Amino acid sequence: MCSAESPHTSQPSTQDAVDALMRAAQWFFPGEQSADRRVLYREGGRGADEFYRERWRHDREVRSTHGVNCTGSCSWKVYVKDGIITWETQATDYPSVGPDSPEYEPRGCPRGASFSWYTYSPTRIRYPYVRGPLLELWRAARAQHVDPVQAWASIVAAPDATRAYKQARGKGGFVRSTWGEVIELIAAAQVHTIQRYGPDRIIGFSPIPAMSMTSYAAGTRYLSMIGATISSFYDWYADLPVASPQVFGDQTDVPESGDWWNAGYLIVWGTNLPITRTPDAHFMTEARYRGQKVVVVSPDFSDHTKFADEWLAAAPGTDGALAMAMGHVILTEFYAKRQVPRFLDYARAFTDLPFLVTLAEHHGGLVPGRFLTAADLGGGAGTENAAFKTVLLDDATGASVVPNGSVGFRWAAEPGEWNLNLDTDPALTLHGRPGAESVAVDLPRFDCGNGEAGAVLRRGVPAIRVDGHLVTTVFDLVMAQYGVARDGLPGEWPTGYDDAEQPYTPAWQEAITSVPAAACTRVAREFARNAERTGGRSMIAMGAGTNHWFHSDQIYRTFLSLLQLCGCQGVNGGGWAHYVGQEKVRPLTGWFHLAFGLDWQRPTRHMVGTPLFWLATDQWRYEAFGADVLASPLGSGRMAGRTLPDCNALAARLGWMPSHPAFNRNPLDLCDEADHAGKEVPDHVVEQLKSGALSFAAEDPDDPANFPRVLMVWRANLFASSMKGHEYLLRHLLGTDDAVTATETPPELRPTEVRWRDEAPVGKLDLSVAVDFRMTSTCLFSDVVLPAATWYEKYDLSSTDMHPFVHAFSPAIAPPWQARTDFDLFHTLAAEFSRQAATHLGVRRDVIAAPLAHDTPDELAQPHGLVRDWKAGDCEPVPGKTMPKLIVVERDYAAVAEKMAAIGPLLDTAGTTTKGITWVPDAEIDYLRRRNGTVRGGIADGRPSIARDDQFCEAILALSGTTNGRLAEAGFRVLEQQTGVALADLAGERAGDRITFADTQTQPRAVITSPEWSGSETGGRRYSPFTVNVERRKPWHTLTGRQHFFLDHEWMAEFGEQLPTYRPPLNVLAHFGDPSRSDPGRPEIVVRYLTPHSKWSIHSEYQENLHMLTLFRGGPVIWMSPADADKIGVADNDWIEAYNRNGVVACRAVVTHRMPEGTVYMYHTMDRHLNVPKTEVSGRHGGGDNSLTRLLIKPTHLIGGYAQFTYGFNYIGPTGNQRDEITVIRRRAQEVEF
Amino acid sequence: MRVMAQVAMVMNLDKCIGCHTCSVTCKQTWTNRPGSEYIWFNNVETKPGTGYPRRYEDQNRFKGGWALNRRGKLKLKAGGRLRKLLSIFYNPELPSLDDFYEPFTYDYEHLTTAPLSDSFPSARPKSQLTGRNMSPSAGPNWDDDLAGSGTYAAADPNLDGLAEQVQLEFEHAFHFYLPRICEHCLNPSCVASCPSGAMYKRVEDGIVLVDQDRCRGWRFCVSGCPYKKVYFNHRTGKAEKCTFCYPRIESGQPTICSETCVGRLRHLGVMLYDADAVLAAASTKDDKELYEAQLSVFLDPHDPDVIAGAERDGIAHDWIQAAQRSPVYALIATHRVALPLHPEYRTMPMVWYVPPLSPITDAVHATGHHDDNPDQVFAAIESLRIPLGYLANLFTAGDTWPVERALRRLTVLRTHMRAQQLGDPVDADLLASVSMTAEEVEDLYRILAIAKYDERY
Repeated sequence: MCSAESPHTSQPSTQDAVDALMRAAQWFFPGEQSADRRVLYREGGRGADEFYRERWRHDREVRSTHGVNCTGSCSWKVYVKDGIITWETQATDYPSVGPDSPEYEPRGCPRGASFSWYTYSPTRIRYPYVRGPLLELWRAARAQHVDPVQAWASIVAAPDATRAYKQARGKGGFVRSTWGEVIELIAAAQVHTIQRYGPDRIIGFSPIPAMSMTSYAAGTRYLSMIGATISSFYDWYADLPVASPQVFGDQTDVPESGDWWNAGYLIVWGTNLPITRTPDAHFMTEARYRGQKVVVVSPDFSDHTKFADEWLAAAPGTDGALAMAMGHVILTEFYAKRQVPRFLDYARAFTDLPFLVTLAEHHGGLVPGRFLTAADLGGGAGTENAAFKTVLLDDATGASVVPNGSVGFRWAAEPGEWNLNLDTDPALTLHGRPGAESVAVDLPRFDCGNGEAGAVLRRGVPAIRVDGHLVTTVFDLVMAQYGVARDGLPGEWPTGYDDAEQPYTPAWQEAITSVPAAACTRVAREFARNAERTGGRSMIAMGAGTNHWFHSDQIYRTFLSLLQLCGCQGVNGGGWAHYVGQEKVRPLTGWFHLAFGLDWQRPTRHMVGTPLFWLATDQWRYEAFGADVLASPLGSGRMAGRTLPDCNALAARLGWMPSHPAFNRNPLDLCDEADHAGKEVPDHVVEQLKSGALSFAAEDPDDPANFPRVLMVWRANLFASSMKGHEYLLRHLLGTDDAVTATETPPELRPTEVRWRDEAPVGKLDLSVAVDFRMTSTCLFSDVVLPAATWYEKYDLSSTDMHPFVHAFSPAIAPPWQARTDFDLFHTLAAEFSRQAATHLGVRRDVIAAPLAHDTPDELAQPHGLVRDWKAGDCEPVPGKTMPKLIVVERDYAAVAEKMAAIGPLLDTAGTTTKGITWVPDAEIDYLRRRNGTVRGGIADGRPSIARDDQFCEAILALSGTTNGRLAEAGFRVLEQQTGVALADLAGERAGDRITFADTQTQPRAVITSPEWSGSETGGRRYSPFTVNVERRKPWHTLTGRQHFFLDHEWMAEFGEQLPTYRPPLNVLAHFGDPSRSDPGRPEIVVRYLTPHSKWSIHSEYQENLHMLTLFRGGPVIWMSPADADKIGVADNDWIEAYNRNGVVACRAVVTHRMPEGTVYMYHTMDRHLNVPKTEVSGRHGGGDNSLTRLLIKPTHLIGGYAQFTYGFNYIGPTGNQRDEITVIRRRAQEVEF
Repeated sequence: MRVMAQVAMVMNLDKCIGCHTCSVTCKQTWTNRPGSEYIWFNNVETKPGTGYPRRYEDQNRFKGGWALNRRGKLKLKAGGRLRKLLSIFYNPELPSLDDFYEPFTYDYEHLTTAPLSDSFPSARPKSQLTGRNMSPSAGPNWDDDLAGSGTYAAADPNLDGLAEQVQLEFEHAFHFYLPRICEHCLNPSCVASCPSGAMYKRVEDGIVLVDQDRCRGWRFCVSGCPYKKVYFNHRTGKAEKCTFCYPRIESGQPTICSETCVGRLRHLGVMLYDADAVLAAASTKDDKELYEAQLSVFLDPHDPDVIAGAERDGIAHDWIQAAQRSPVYALIATHRVALPLHPEYRTMPMVWYVPPLSPITDAVHATGHHDDNPDQVFAAIESLRIPLGYLANLFTAGDTWPVERALRRLTVLRTHMRAQQLGDPVDADLLASVSMTAEEVEDLYRILAIAKYDERY
């Protein structure tokens, strides 16, 4: 304590008598006065400092983090005093980035800083709860039945009884129970469901493993063991950029935030970095001082706009138009008028631009067909994988060449030619080539017309004939698509940038986006020029603002095109920086195999979340348009009459997408049937399908046999945060009150291949279980609520794409009250399940219908992406070729708990496989035996233990290349064999490193360069994706092995999206009608309804945290412009209601001039349980932001079975987008009732 | 000359992302206890906006700080001691609960305990003061990001006289963030206002504190502080304020708000100043000269005379060294990019600010003014959205030149470093235009951009 010095008091100079008097009377203290008598110095008096000194004192600091899907993955110090968590501050000890860059400290945000409030807050769930009506039923049934499974069976056998407890969902009435009672109930429901309907009728939902890998894996490992359906989340959240698998053949791989520092030019396009990347936003603000220019494209003046040099206020959802026009400028100025050698070299080596595409006849014109392949060449036909080897022209000789690197080489019998080495100089264009003819091609445009389908553009390309095929290059098609005129080519071309009639000029986009043409042109030019001067260091940070649209894949492709044209991908400081969702589990291999129990059996039942919930919640019954509405005017017409549910069913039966529950019969029974018939299970299933005796569940989602029956949600607020169509969920899946006013699909628009049942089911779900530490809407609507440990009460691991570190969760205190960790919960459940299952299930065989898988030879299943429907007689149903693979898995249901707690033997034999690279972690298994201890006796005798959460963390790290240098190097050796290029040196410098769990508890640890990812940290550089591809010529996982501009799956042509294009937001008003009620005297407006990420929450987490509520408006709000507010007589902070056909919201208005007219924001996510009154529109409590949204499936997201379109978990699938929605807003009575 | 040392802070508003992490960590550490619910030692304000408490900058109403009387003498704006004595039981300048907010919580338990009904439960807001149902209508950051701008931003006292330049319309929108703590002034009016002698400025580091034992709860410090950074704890009946985290500072740790600032925009350091020169400087006649006057009080820690004086006046050797390496001194005195907040309050505040750059205006967009040269990517200061006059009202009592100089220096820094990044030659004319050498620019770049932990503090 520093009390030796004398404190002093400063006082004003005083001269008048009054002051002197006053001082004598009131302010007399001993001390030394300064000469001017202004200051009085006094000694002592420091004892009072003690108050704050004591406040600061604490006993312990514990390193942990927050397991919330924010991408932060920040390391925090949790302070403990007298055994109580007091507060938290950020760790500042991240490994250094080097002397010339800002560091990763102190990462964190206000949400995380407020977390400890939850620990002892009144919203903390302290005990297990069951809603009264169900608990009464259960206790009565248990009194009658000694066997809990029979007790559950007796409950669900009585529809009247189940209806009563289902109707009570969400209406209070929780009764405190015990762990023993609740676990028995859940296990009984699961055992019964497996027995009666099949294990795939049990659904598990938990998102974002990277935010707490072990907690995620505990649940999915259990569910994998029992054969349950595990929902994806990345696509379901609409965070998956479908353009990434389409263009890169990669789920998502992006630069760490420290790499923004290296960018010379940054466009921030649909991601509000200060709000959504709070811990890392400083790299952007600081890079400006290094000379980086920042351009923000955002419809409102937002937190990030403040930092921009320029603000382009594009109208919501029109970003694709702006990017197309920027592409037009770049192609014109950097490819047509002037050539930049680096751009050309990059385009030839790393993109599909030089590849040849056939031109097909269509209604008397020509349209782009498909990639020319070796199978089309005289000499190439019949060679190995010929239909999967794409072709280009040698620029000098004009000869057709089949270069290395395409997917045909990847899966060749003799490996070593899957690389991007070119021993030829590809011709980028045929323009001016001897023998080339100029032909007109027809291209779809979607910017005009009333519906979605648009019109046709006719523009010319140079073409030649190769072995009888009329072909052009992708580049020439791109030039035509973007409207860059070249001499001698026919068709309609823009007269210049100021031609507003012709797409895709700067003047054309101005009318759509409202961004001045001059600004569009200038930014495009600067962006490309910067890339030219810096070797590709131009970057676009993109996110939910541009990715959550129905056509976001197209929006993103227009962005990616800018980057590829300027040679920015695979360059530090350049490329796409897509940040939506904490998707990067850096120690991927160990986590993936343990999380899905692949050490004991393969595969698991992964499911695409969007179709799962779209069918389960019956949103498919409310479609107002079919696939044909979205089809290209140049399509074949094959979409005529095809509805979206039909498309989904097709994707299921062709093996494109997973579809669980799979069949309208119990998959365990299917195996028994096959046994009885003396047949192989796959043969039996195919036979039954062909005969029509068996059908896919997706073909009859409302058959009670196909209902999801039991749902477990942990680490998620599924029903509120991500449930687009929340109110439909309430009605159909849960069976409680809802606010849907939409009408069902009229008969003429109903599906033909999916059965329509006149009576829509209500309350499909028998049991809904929520695990959480705070009372969310998901908890409130669930039957059973279990108290979870918080992030300061358990061991776990965290990683993110934003930084290259792995670090630990550690318990600062033991879980208080009756809380348990997720890990503990699932092991408890597994033990009880195994006990009950021993008598009811025993050992059974289970058949899994698995889709054609990415990064496997399944990519070769469906040549040219031609759609062959076995059901329509186009071909035979052949598992793994024209339909899903049918894989039989044996399940020892009594041994689930034992298997969960040990690493199974499959890793020793089958090894681990990530992105097509397999290695055997034999030394690691042995290490884990010694490190974690060895299981003695039982089914797992002699195996390494993972019975505890810290042991599980240790195993994840030991089994992954990013955290175990030996495996990284071994993986690169395998990849070297596949590619024939040198790679192992990338891991060489750290081949001896092993990051242990204790290491991650000490300090965040920088990961090791590994073939699990596409970038390199070698030598301490910042992670940027695809640097290995560019620098080592390792192919992308696509058809051509290059980044794609052109996509030739038949459906991409059918929907007019072979090339990047602009598709406007869906015309929701036209499709679904004007939802206005038009009550007299009640002015209303219809506006675009957007739900951006909130400043005061991470999804729904923290939104009810008192600190966050205090720091803004204390409850749900909708932001609107003064102009819109004036139209309906709304003042700031007035109560308003927002409604549409999907539901209704009651909240307060925020009126501000930073919002554009015609658009409102309801920041995602306000739960519906706090400060939400009853609405005038429904008479019931208002909903949350997802009460106004609903799911819409984009058919092209269902494509599979072909090259980069083949399925992977969270890699590809329909997105749960929600941005195209509209809402009505009106002022409501200001007296509200709760 | 009497050399004294002061710990001071510079916040770079050009880096502030408005995240409020500082507010939350400060609150969690210091003021999340009964009686201090509404007390925010650190808060962040959106500008333009009314701040917290609302319109605290309106000294016509609140009469905080100092003013010169007709004789040119420095007087508390709220009046002398007699007036204070007479108003000791009724202080008209004291901000009321309405100027702050009624702290609220929610009936969270209801979510778990709600009996079975036909309705979905909703946790209602409750007053933390009365426990009764309430409807929040004010808060410590109610106008975040221009929320309710027609009501709040429009009432920003700093906009007075700028009606021509500032239009609160979408096309002209701008905002930025202003994090605030106690200014730990060299001439603190709160200390001078205290009738109990409970407030003091520590001699070794200049931190201004309330003696919790001696405070009698008269609250003249609350009204006397023009920044409204002294609060009254209604539970303990004592005044409380930002302590500059002295338990941390004393053990060599940055303040909580600095330590946890994810924008990395806070710099802490020691400033040496001449205590004997404070009164004269604070009495400078022209408000617009107060900024320069305060600069003149600061002493160059590299000056041998200053070092000798400091040693003579008992300043420890390591404090002198700290003053020499102080990033705060560099930003305030060497590079002149940091400015005081409202020097016209005459308290000689010691938390200074680097003003923010902003996007270019719409007019520039429409014309595409420099589209002939794609290598010239940065706009001129004149075309930025935030009017210089507005910033000048905040930082320099209306004198736009110091603000303009700071912004020009930031822009030149960016241009210079971009040229370096691209390998372009140094533009000597450009550097001369802001009277800086390349080395000075690069030193400033290191402080602002690289900003390592051990160099921020």
